[in-house]
This record gives sequence, structure tokens and C-alpha cells, in this order.
Amino acid sequence: MLEAILVMALGAVVLGAALGYAAVRFRVEGDPLVEKIDAILPQTQCGQCGFPGCKPYAQAIAKGEADINCCPPGGEEGIHKLADLLGREFKPLSAEHGIEKPKSVAVIDEQACIGCTLCIQACPVDAIVGAAKQMHTVVAAQCTGCELCIAPCPVDCIVMEPIKETVDTWKWKYPVIPLRQSA
Amino acid sequence: MISRLFTFKGGVKPDSHKDESAGAPIRKAPLPSRLTIPLRQSTRAMARSVVEPGQRVLKGEVIAAPEGPMCIAVHATSSGTVRAIEAQPVPHPSGLPAPSIIIEPDGEDRWLELKAFDYRSATPQQTRDFLRDCGIVGLGGAGFPSHIKLGPGEKGIETLILNGAECEPWITCDDRLMREHPDGILSGALIMRHITGARRILVGIEDNKPQAIEAMRAAVGRTSEAEIEVVAVPTRYPAGGEKQLIRVLTGIEIPYGKLGTHFGVQCFNVGSAYAVFRAVEHGEPLVSRVLTLSGNMAHPGNFDVLIGTPIRELLPLAEPRADTDRYLMGGPMMGVALQSLDMPVVKGTNCILAGSPVLFPPPPPEMPCIRCGACAQACPAELQPFELYWFSRARIFGKAQEYDLFDCIECGCCSYVCPSRIPLVDYFRFAKGEIWAREKEKAAADTARERYEFRLAREEREKAEKAAKLAAKTAAGREKAAAALAVAQKPAATPEEDAKKALIAAALERARAQKEHVQPENVGNLTPEQQAEVAAIEGRRAEIRDMAKPHLPQED
Repeated sequence: MLEAILVMALGAVVLGAALGYAAVRFRVEGDPLVEKIDAILPQTQCGQCGFPGCKPYAQAIAKGEADINCCPPGGEEGIHKLADLLGREFKPLSAEHGIEKPKSVAVIDEQACIGCTLCIQACPVDAIVGAAKQMHTVVAAQCTGCELCIAPCPVDCIVMEPIKETVDTWKWKYPVIPLRQSA
Repeated sequence: MISRLFTFKGGVKPDSHKDESAGAPIRKAPLPSRLTIPLRQSTRAMARSVVEPGQRVLKGEVIAAPEGPMCIAVHATSSGTVRAIEAQPVPHPSGLPAPSIIIEPDGEDRWLELKAFDYRSATPQQTRDFLRDCGIVGLGGAGFPSHIKLGPGEKGIETLILNGAECEPWITCDDRLMREHPDGILSGALIMRHITGARRILVGIEDNKPQAIEAMRAAVGRTSEAEIEVVAVPTRYPAGGEKQLIRVLTGIEIPYGKLGTHFGVQCFNVGSAYAVFRAVEHGEPLVSRVLTLSGNMAHPGNFDVLIGTPIRELLPLAEPRADTDRYLMGGPMMGVALQSLDMPVVKGTNCILAGSPVLFPPPPPEMPCIRCGACAQACPAELQPFELYWFSRARIFGKAQEYDLFDCIECGCCSYVCPSRIPLVDYFRFAKGEIWAREKEKAAADTARERYEFRLAREEREKAEKAAKLAAKTAAGREKAAAALAVAQKPAATPEEDAKKALIAAALERARAQKEHVQPENVGNLTPEQQAEVAAIEGRRAEIRDMAKPHLPQED
């Protein structure tokens, strides 16, 4: 009887020690759910969701403080992916946060730019180069199209230009069968 | 000697329609009124123009230099004047414009001075660089740079395969080339063997081209080189697919993500071998190619066409019939519809096919998939096209990738056999494009995240630095104030401090005196006129100062 209790107790101690060790050794840094949500978000860092960047929005979704339909750049597809990940129902994009627009980049009218550096400070991804009283320009390849530089510009010399389709970005379209009018 | 041939799974046997264009010898196409030479070579390669509008160029002159490892030089394909460097529609399924150089030929077609290349005394790397500068790419259609394919690879190349299968119906340009220039093709292959150090050369030709096989065998008989074999492979589409031909000739099955070089095999089109021969033995860059004009035409045939020739100017040579309603670039199995006849011939253009409602009827309406599995039996890549179709159609791209969508060679066998006439390949192309676009977007998002996080970290660091600076400043200020207080509290200055003050005063006095002695350097030795001018200017200045004085705001 005593033997059996000892064996069980020993087992409990050994397993407990193993579990305790594993908890320390394989500790997961950060919140994996936040990471997963953040990976779905488009990283525009535009703040249209009401949070200062994609990561804070991801954290808010993970905590259940924000809905999944507040990200206009992510669009319907992004909402579908979030719904799949979180096991929630799909919701159409919330209108108060904006509408889904074609992907664009900011373009500075270099003739009009006065070199105030306000847009440089506003850009979340440091995609604008320039210096005080020097012309600024947008590095198009890095621009996420967040539109955060438009409002601060005192001379309104920044416009958003939709990205044009080129031979390199062109995609085969979804096959459709053309309807022919019968005579 | 090859003891036996292997087979690949699947494949189809469409009507070959080779006789229409294979009978007549290759004719030289006349000089066009203008040449449009695209600078873009692939998604990873765009050459940099080195000419200016108005500049005169000779045939074979380099007009754009290679940028990056996957790029080759671009040459003027006839002598003339550069008219413009601008975006022009290029032969791409999109029909969108891309940067091109437009040359107006002067009619002389005068070559640059050409010099043969002595590959025997050059290192393989030098020969590869020479081929890159001659603009040699694969002429089978994909246009992959030959100098890359001739690279040493991982374990070296043991077998060099010349692809003369030409399995697509209607196309006969390789067939004609093999009949007319078998010795040139063979010399090119020997040069390639020299560069790669391969042991044997296998020439694979479909058995529906007996004359080409005969001509190539005769050429092999004329050389003294060993280990060259011309092999007739059974006619079955797509026997000319790279992986399929390697499989048939060597029995090696190349798995996903691997290339022929991983197994010591490299495959070249016969046209590419001929281009290598022209480049090395004659110094000629690749400025023309043989192209088949066939389909709904009165006089189909093969033509030697300058790269950059507008397709519109080419068509009268074969006289398209009146009921022609569309044109295909490439063969009927893999070709794409030509968006505009103004597009130029490029190095990968092997065929222009005229279509009519009778010859190539428009695709009948798509019907639901009945899950018969005919496509899986026909697929030479041993995929399950019906599965891929469901996932592509439903836009479940992850699943499509799991079913090896990217092993699909877009040969069109599945669409050909489908009893429901589903354009399966169109769905696969759509899915592939979407997956690539998503990957690009993902990469862009990752960069944006990284840059955003870096910016946050930088702002945090700057804030900390500023705070530290401010703290240091306030501390210094406090100390100073404390010191001043201490001084004020002291009743009288000590004699020591008086001496210090006297010293400072003396130093200040010296500095002031020195300043006064210093004269502006360029005011001595002035001519009277200059002095008068200076005086006049000074006078005007004084006047302005006087005028401005009453309006100046009162400053301390």
C-alpha cells in the first residue's frame, strides 16, 4: 500500500518537474495570436482602424476590444482571413473606418514642395526622403499608401496615385465565358 | 548508343498540321519600315539603353547593356537611326506597353565589323560572357538566357540534350532549321559541349520529322566527334517539354523544385544551338530568328525575321485568308491571343498562327466538371488537374499549391481532353498569378512592418537621448546657479579674483585691438575708377540706410 503511494508520489514529482522545466524552457515570447493577426493585416500603418498602427489593432482584436472589420486596406479578403483565424462570422467592412480603395502610392509635386519636413515626420515607414528647405520625394517602392502624409502638407503638394498595371504586375484574369448575343 | 527510350505519362496526339508550312525553304523576310526592340527580357531582367534618339546605329551594335545576372545585351537588328526610346506594347499576354527602342532602318542593313570568338583558347566563363554580350537566349519560347544555362551547375553537366522535338502542332521552324542548317546546329552543340564539359550530346527529334532526323544524322556522320546521337522520339505532345524530353531520352524524372542540372542534364533548343554557332564562329549577335507563319493563310511557311519586326508587316508574306478573325502567338496548345498586330517579333516568338471561325472555332461554353478524370490521365506532369481546377476556381490557393499547382507546365493537354470543355489552363494561370501577387504583397507588408518597427525604435531612442540631454542641461544649470549664489553670498572679491578679472580684461582689449588692425584684403591697389565705383555704392547704401531708418522698428 505504502509502496504504491510512494510510486505515485514519485511519478507526480517527476512529471511536475518535467512540466515545470518545459514551461521555462519552451516559453513562448509574445502572444502568438497577436502575431498571427498581425501577419494578416496589410501593414499599411495608416491608423484608419483607430489604432496607431497594425500591431496595436492586432492586439486589440486579440483582446476582443476591436472588431475584425475596421481595416479598409485589408479589404474584404482580410476580414475573411481574420474571421477564419478567429472562428468568427464574416462582417462587411465598417463604413465609419473608410472604404476599400485601389492600392496607391503618394506622389509629391516637387515643384510645389517647400521642404517643411512635416510629411517626413508623418510617414510611418520612413518612405519620404528630404531635409529642411530641400525638396522631398517619396520612395515609391516603400510607400504603403497610408495617406498620413497628405493632411500635414501645408501646400497640398502630395497626391495619391493608384499603382498602374505594368507587364510585371499584370495577372491572368479569372476565366469568364463571354456571352454572345444570339441573332 | 541509347539502348532504349523511356516514356512520360499522359500527353495527347493532336493533328500535327506540319505539312502546311514545312514544305517550303526558309525565306528571308524583307526589311520592315521600323523595328521595335523591347528592353524588358523577363520579370527579373530589364536592359539599360545606351543609345539616344537620333543616334545612328549599325546592325549588331549594342543598344542596351545588360543589368543584373539574368540580363543579356540588346542589339540593333538592322542599321538605321534610333527614333525613340519609349513604352510600346510588347508581345506578352497582357499586351501592356514596356520600354522599347524604336529604330528606323536605313535600308542598307549594314553590319558592324564582326569578329569570330576563339572559344577553344578562352575559359568557359569568357565564352559565357561573350554569349551574354551577343544576346543569346533560348529560342524555344521561354527565352531563358543561355549563358546562365551553360553555367557549371552543382555537379557539372554530363549530357547535353538538343531539343528538336517541336511537339506543338502547326509549328515547323525548328524542323526547317534542322533540315537547312544541320551542320551549324551541330557546331553550336559542340561549342556548348566544350563550355559545359558534357560527355555526350543527344538530339531528340519527334519521329514525324524524318527529313530533319536524316539531315541531323548526316551532319553527325560528317563530323569526327564522338558521343553524339540523333534520337527519334515518339510523336506525342508535349514530348518537347524540357522535363518530358529529358525523361524520354535519359529516364531521369526531375522532381519539383529541381532542374536538369541537378542530375547532370541540360537541354537546349536547336535554334539556340544555331544562334551560339553564329555568335561564336561568325561573331554575329542574335538579331533574327526563324518563325512559322501558318494557320488560316494562303502561303504558310517559315521566315527568317529580324527581331523587332512588327507582326503587321510580316503577315502579307503568308497572305492570311479573308476570314481570319484572330491571331495566336505560339502554337494552338500553349499560344496566347495576339492583342495587337503592332507588336514586334521577339526572340521567343516561334509562330504566328492565323485563326478563323472554321479552323479554330471559338471555345464552346464551359460545362460543369463531371469528374471523369480524363485530365489526370492526359497530364504529363502527373498532376490532378480536376483538383487544381476546383481549388483555383474557388480561389482556395493554398490548397491548389498543396496539389502542386506550380508543377503545371501549362501545356494544355487537360483542356484538350476535357469533355466539358473547361479552359483548365486559364484557371491555373489565374491561380498562379494570384499566388505570385500575394507573395509579393506579403513581402511588401513584411518590409513595411520592419520599417515601421525600426521607426518606432528610433523614435523611442531619440526621445531617450533628448531626455538625457535635457537632464544633463538642467543639472548643469542648477550647479551654475548654485555657484552664482555662492559667489553672491561672498561679501568681497579676493585679490586672487581681482587678478583674474584684470587678466580677462587685458585679453579682451588685445583681441579688440587686433580686430581693428585687420583690413579687408581686396580693397588695396584700387584704380581710381574702382574707387569711384566703391564710393558710389557706399553712398547709395548710406542713402538706403537713411531711408530705412524711420521705418525700422525700435529694437532694444
